[in-house]
Amino acid sequence: MNQPFHKRKERLNLFQTLFGKKKNIKVTTSEMNIEMCPKCSTAIESQTLKQQNYVCLQCNHHFPMGAYDRIDAHFDADSFIEIYAKANSNHLNSFPDYLNKLTKYQKSSDLNEAVVVGTARVANQKVAVAIMDSRFMMGSMGQIVGEKITRIIELADRRKYPLIIFTASGGARMQEGIMSLVQMAKTSAALERFHQNNGLYISILTHPTTGGVSASFALLGDIIVAEPKALIGFAGRRVIEKTLQEQLPDDFQSAEFLKSKGFVDKIVNRNALRTFLIQVLKLHNLEVKL
Amino acid sequence: MKMLSAWERITIARSQNRLKALDLIPHLFDHFVELHGDRLYGDDRALVGGIASFEGQAVTVLAQSKGRNLEENLSCNFGMLHPEGYRKAMRLAKQAEKFKRPIITIIDTAGAYPGKGAEERGQAEAIAHCLRLFSQIKVPVIALVLSEGGSGGALALSVANKIYMFENAVYSILSPEGFASILWKDETRAKEAAELMECTAFDLQAKGFIDRIIAEAEQGLEADPLFSIVQIKDAIRQDLNALHKMKLNVMLEQRYQKFRKLGAQL
Repeated sequence: MNQPFHKRKERLNLFQTLFGKKKNIKVTTSEMNIEMCPKCSTAIESQTLKQQNYVCLQCNHHFPMGAYDRIDAHFDADSFIEIYAKANSNHLNSFPDYLNKLTKYQKSSDLNEAVVVGTARVANQKVAVAIMDSRFMMGSMGQIVGEKITRIIELADRRKYPLIIFTASGGARMQEGIMSLVQMAKTSAALERFHQNNGLYISILTHPTTGGVSASFALLGDIIVAEPKALIGFAGRRVIEKTLQEQLPDDFQSAEFLKSKGFVDKIVNRNALRTFLIQVLKLHNLEVKL
Repeated sequence: MKMLSAWERITIARSQNRLKALDLIPHLFDHFVELHGDRLYGDDRALVGGIASFEGQAVTVLAQSKGRNLEENLSCNFGMLHPEGYRKAMRLAKQAEKFKRPIITIIDTAGAYPGKGAEERGQAEAIAHCLRLFSQIKVPVIALVLSEGGSGGALALSVANKIYMFENAVYSILSPEGFASILWKDETRAKEAAELMECTAFDLQAKGFIDRIIAEAEQGLEADPLFSIVQIKDAIRQDLNALHKMKLNVMLEQRYQKFRKLGAQL
């Protein structure tokens, strides 16, 4: 009896959200899930958005993307073997409210920590990968994140695999204090050994890559690519504006800005990344004819 | 050594009359020759680098330098480095490696400078490369934390075989003000934050980050700097001797493991 009214109300809400001034970006009805592009306001059905790898085809806005979605999008089907999946920071709960925060993020996501690591294949080429996920505590790096990344670098070094790291992080995790900070040194030192052994490291900077992650492994790639419009920088915009007492230009610390300053090799659209990786990997393995 | 709260130590470490790197260098070394510039863009006065003699042995000195007065502070940007500072440090570290000179760094910065030019010229890239380079530089490296070790900007020059820290120095992931503002959205609770942050030399020695604590005189470091200088010289002499006796790969492995073992459990 209530059904028709209920449906009508849903549709009305949907209409208001999509065309009105409401800021909700996600709309869920019993019929469909719709997300609105925050840049151009195009309404995209959730399933379609996923198929498009979370890229708006109207304006090329790159939505945030979870670690496992990235694995599906960029690597050979079913080739990913995750390691250290269960590692978490729950035993490091000396800081007030830290354990609560961790469990909250664990419940709201499919993650135990802010990075997923393992091995995979790209067009049959075996690679070692780490994918950070900004949904988990802003992708911040504590000791578990640092350790997982260090171990995957060491694995790439031992097995002579190319290394691919997707970065997405607000920086070092303040709840773990100095132990977070030193992960910058630990990961960079592991990369130096990998580098001296001629390992290939492709770094893919996604939104956002800032603070201690930008100032360590993110910017140490042999080849550094970035997703369009990703925020990449060391200090936060507000901190800089407060220090300088001036407004910064809109594109400051964008991927395009970094490329123009010479710190990024190439901006690669998410949907072109797999092809790019295949091309670069093949060029590093001269037995393979292009 | 005195029992003080973390906030009391922070206050001491930040005080204007605290000894600065430029005061310390003539006490520790003879014949200091300052070398300028990163050969790429400019000369960062917040990083004083050069060659000197430590008890007859040539060393490279890389010191983060805060000013002793306003004029000096304006020239050295209050000890906050630009990318040019880190690139100067890397240039001089490679030079030290070429001439087989050990490197002594002095850490004293609130952090790398959060400025427009610093970002444009690759602050993050410069720090990242500094961390990577120092991890495998083929001469012994000793770091001395004088007052403030502020975040990645300090860590960039702390990748050393041994790290010493003054009794009242502090070293942290961000300032207590920043910490309080993120945690409680209230910068004025910095004092409270400081006690949570585990940023004193004693906290950091317990975590395995700091190897030696340099005691400060009862009346204060400035009143009797030689009390501390003697300890630093003894420590550098002992540690350089031991590091020189190691085979190169053993010495590099020691430095690698110093950081590798921090937070190594999963």
